[in-house]
Amino acid sequence: MTEIKKKRHPLIRVIFDYIKMHKFAFIFSVVCILFAAFGHIAAPLVLQRVTNALIEAASDNIVNSDVWKEITPDLITLGVAYIISIIAEFSYSQITAIAGQKYMDDLRKHLFNHMEGLPVKFFDTHDKGDIMSIYINDVDTIRQLIIQSMSTILICFCTFLSVFVIMILTSIYMTLVVIFATCVMALVIYKVGGHSSKNFIAQQKMVGRQEGFVEEMMVGLKVIKSFCHEEESKHNFDDINHQLQEVSYSANSYANILMPILGNIGNVLYVSIAILGTVFFYNDIHDPALLQANNNWLAIIVSFLPMVKQFTNATAEIANQINSIALAIGGSSRVFALLDEEKEVDDGYVTLVRAKYDEHGEIVEVENEKDQTIWAWKHPHTADHSITYTLLRGDIRMFDVDFAYTPDKVVLHNISLYAKPGQKVAFVGATGAGKTTITNLLNRFYDIADGKIRYDGININKICKKDLRRSLGMVLQDTNLFTGTIMDNIRYGKLDATDDECIAAAKLANADSFIQRLPHGYNTMLTNDGANLSQGQRQLLSIARAAVNNAPVLILDEATSSIDTRTEAIVTKGMDNLMKGRTVFVIAHRLSTIQNSNVIIVLDHGRIIERGDHDDLIKAKGTYYQLYTGAFELE
Amino acid sequence: MIKTKSKTDTKKVGYIDFFKLFIKSVREYKKPSIIAIIFITLETLFECFIPYVMNLLLNFISDQNKSIIGGEAISENFIPITIGFGAGLLVMAFCSLFCGITAGKFAAKASVGFATNIRQDLFYKIQSFSFNNIDKFSISSLVTRQTTDITYIQMCYQIMIRIALRAPLMFIFSIILASVMAPSLAWVYAILIPILAIALFLVVKFSLPIFNRVFDKYDALNESVEENVHGIRVVKTYTREDFEKQKFKKASENIRDDFVKAERILALSNPILTFALYVSMLFIVTFGSYSILMITGSTVEIGHISALITYGAQILSSLMMLSMVLVMISMSTASMRRVYEVLVEVPTIKNCDNPIYEVADGSIEYKNVSFKYRKDAEKYALADINLKFYSGETIGIIGGTGSSKSTLVNLLSLFYDTTEGEVIVGGHNVKDYDVKTLRENVSMVLQKNILFSGTIKENLRWGNKNATDEEIVEACKIAQADSFIETFPKKYDTLIQQGGSNVSGGQKQRLCIARAILKKPKILVMDDSTSAVDTKTDALIREGLSTTLNGTTKIIIAQRISSVQDADVILVMDDGHINGMGTHEELLKTNAIYKEIYDLQNRAGGDSND
Repeated sequence: MTEIKKKRHPLIRVIFDYIKMHKFAFIFSVVCILFAAFGHIAAPLVLQRVTNALIEAASDNIVNSDVWKEITPDLITLGVAYIISIIAEFSYSQITAIAGQKYMDDLRKHLFNHMEGLPVKFFDTHDKGDIMSIYINDVDTIRQLIIQSMSTILICFCTFLSVFVIMILTSIYMTLVVIFATCVMALVIYKVGGHSSKNFIAQQKMVGRQEGFVEEMMVGLKVIKSFCHEEESKHNFDDINHQLQEVSYSANSYANILMPILGNIGNVLYVSIAILGTVFFYNDIHDPALLQANNNWLAIIVSFLPMVKQFTNATAEIANQINSIALAIGGSSRVFALLDEEKEVDDGYVTLVRAKYDEHGEIVEVENEKDQTIWAWKHPHTADHSITYTLLRGDIRMFDVDFAYTPDKVVLHNISLYAKPGQKVAFVGATGAGKTTITNLLNRFYDIADGKIRYDGININKICKKDLRRSLGMVLQDTNLFTGTIMDNIRYGKLDATDDECIAAAKLANADSFIQRLPHGYNTMLTNDGANLSQGQRQLLSIARAAVNNAPVLILDEATSSIDTRTEAIVTKGMDNLMKGRTVFVIAHRLSTIQNSNVIIVLDHGRIIERGDHDDLIKAKGTYYQLYTGAFELE
Repeated sequence: MIKTKSKTDTKKVGYIDFFKLFIKSVREYKKPSIIAIIFITLETLFECFIPYVMNLLLNFISDQNKSIIGGEAISENFIPITIGFGAGLLVMAFCSLFCGITAGKFAAKASVGFATNIRQDLFYKIQSFSFNNIDKFSISSLVTRQTTDITYIQMCYQIMIRIALRAPLMFIFSIILASVMAPSLAWVYAILIPILAIALFLVVKFSLPIFNRVFDKYDALNESVEENVHGIRVVKTYTREDFEKQKFKKASENIRDDFVKAERILALSNPILTFALYVSMLFIVTFGSYSILMITGSTVEIGHISALITYGAQILSSLMMLSMVLVMISMSTASMRRVYEVLVEVPTIKNCDNPIYEVADGSIEYKNVSFKYRKDAEKYALADINLKFYSGETIGIIGGTGSSKSTLVNLLSLFYDTTEGEVIVGGHNVKDYDVKTLRENVSMVLQKNILFSGTIKENLRWGNKNATDEEIVEACKIAQADSFIETFPKKYDTLIQQGGSNVSGGQKQRLCIARAILKKPKILVMDDSTSAVDTKTDALIREGLSTTLNGTTKIIIAQRISSVQDADVILVMDDGHINGMGTHEELLKTNAIYKEIYDLQNRAGGDSND
């Protein structure tokens, strides 16, 4: 995809983008379309000459075989024009098919690549269904536009122009009649077609509402049954269904009547040309057109009529594209809205490198994994062009951090905390207290407004985001597994991990035993976020994934919230193995999982209200104590 | 292009089965459908006759022209005949217009109405499903079936009415008229039509399988996008953006290659049609003029040439339309099958012949009950359950996930029917009750709590349509929901968003409990419905229930020992069996599982908060 000015209309941007990317294909197909128009132009011209000749022959003054000889070259010309035209049509339809699909592929990839680069904020602030709809529906409207509408309109336009020129050359009076009819058609298209696309857009909206309703009813189906609420939900459904029927009826009926109207304006035009021709003939009116030296109205009529058909057909074809253009306008504007989103910038310059200690005990960078003993932060200093190496340990400190998702609502106030390598820090607090927000700041899904966060003494703003995130493992409540085998999913944590490494990680996470019991073991295919596994099993896999990643700092966000007590015991064991020797930030609403933390931080409305270990906080008899004894609820 | 996968190729059902079933949904739109068909037939007739009459007019003019050139006087009827022809043609054009508009409107009415009906049938059918039926389909597939799939079927119906009839009619009329007019020229179509038909058939035959294959891949691609949209945090944490891009690239290019193949084959149909058209035109012009000039006594006239060219275009493009209909219908087959599957599904639970309309009390008895979800399932979800509870008792059920706790209580309100044995409520087999009566008396707070979009009050009235405001407040007080509702600015008129996303998990659970209490049931089942509520509130709810609903049998399924320990009797479920039964103290002594759960939850001084 190329950069097109953002101010332009999205439809123009799509078309320009396509033309720029497939210059050759586009130019070639335009040329081919012009050649194809040859056939359209040749037909009426030759027909006219042949008719003229035939009529002259009818006057009996000329020998018929001479006339035949006279028209033979015309017929050969026609044949040649047809051959060129068919070859051209074949070529452009093939080219458009190929280039169109290539462009679709490019567009999809470009969309996806751009999306992958967008900050987490984008995903948090946009409806997931809407994002999906761009891929599923909007891209398809552009496909329609590029593959179908664009070439149809181009062909029709060529036909339109060339037929028009010949018409003028044939008969000016008749052409005026055709122009008048065309204006009437344009008016009809504007009125009826406008109504139609307006209603189609309304229909689209209504379909969305109906879909929302149906989805809610399907999700709640069992509740509906348990409350015997079937009749009410049927009643509500009927309401929406009828509304949809109404708007859908107007949309479809406007679309359906457009063609008959245009077709019959064409028919009336057809008739008018015939009658007018007769009248002109009878009154011996002379047409100022150049080609009509002998002014034979009958010949004019015979050659004009097919042209009238072509002309009206072309108009109808263009009108036919109105709805798909209307849809493409909507589709392309949403596609470009996504593409215009600002990508996440990664301006960090401190990177994570493989390293070892040399004989002097200094950290030096190494090339390959074989020699590596440690990871180190490589910190180039611009001032004196020197490089310092710092050991990756997992020491995290936050100083007076303030943060707001939107400027008017501050979520975190003055957060200061530290976690030394190997320590476990727990966050406790109600929904919206800012627990997850703190972890969002650590891996720079969001950037802090004020204050400082240091990782091994380095300001995280200086660290290359890729490397910062590589040094932080994460296990969330939503497991987010990917389509693929169990092995693939574990390997997600470290792409070059061997099978043995993955299995070792699974063992560490306590996942190996259940995986072994599956019929296909590690090769079991997972689809739909691992829907064929239980919640606990999925969580064990995501722990194994984090284990193979082997990051010194770990974030556990409500990792065991949706698991029952007995399963939790198994998961917790896996988790405990994983946490050994790592700095851990844990968010949990079951307090039993965090009792052994080095420090428990109680958050309330973005402020730290209590901190200390379990015993301290119990003694203090504050909020933690109340939570612990069940006097408060966390939600 | 949205299609979801869900292939259940149990038995082969063909278009005839689809047709037979779907046609039932036409109902009151039979008349518009028939009117549309009639007017489309008429419109097509006019469309074909107009060129024919044009041709007569042209020939007439041509004759007059000959006369002039031959130095003879033109017919004195020239003007009246010309005007007559013209007027006749105009009348025909207006009739054609009228027919076209009428046909268009009625076709829209018929197809939209048909879609409305079939959507309604589908929704009603799903409403009649038992839990067994519901489990057979995934939620998202049920949604797709009621939206995208119906749209495809509607499109098919509209195309069937409008084009499937029009194209063959046009084809036949045009051939007849062309042969009547100029048999010596029309035979060219006898050669061209089979060639074109075979060529178009081949195009469809070769491109369709690729299209169907690529649609499946397209679904897979969209699923992978969905995974990325939902799992973006995981992708970013493991810095797998490039990995995902590569994966996507491969999948997308794979689709592109298949699409190119299919589109290239499909793109052949246009040049093929043009080829046939041009050959016919060239032939008619050449042969036509040759006949006129070189063959003495030929019946071919100048006007025939232009009329035959018009017919030629109509004949050939109607073939093209037919091939597109074929493509359209084949592409919608999957949609038809999916809708068909739901419509032919037989609800497994229906009212018996003489249902009982009153539930005497809340006594419960399970007699040798066994249950499995599917007939062909190997394992029983419940095996040999024998239980007896008296009206007004409080029963606690505890056990791990998958131990069939929910299954056990679902049999009570006949959400599922037993495989063996019987469930008796209030002295009668649950199957003998009117389903509605039974469910009104056995109130269930399901594990998966759902609130619907609407106000709090509207949601609560699901329990009892005629509940007064006082009753609602009272129920909310018992469920400990009144206090937080009162803190909302709009109180009981607060709007709940879809899925209840604007209240917390604990609040949602308490609202659901209040909703169930409003039914004033004989039996109240709470299936893990206080898991997000703190222990203190949980205790208050239980206390409220026992004082106000003392005649009601209460069944509490929970993860927390604290939620069930005061129950009259506690069941410990494990793997579809009753592992133990008794009071808290008894079970602590005798039941290993119960003891284990208790210890886990009371480790390190007692975690009472869940």
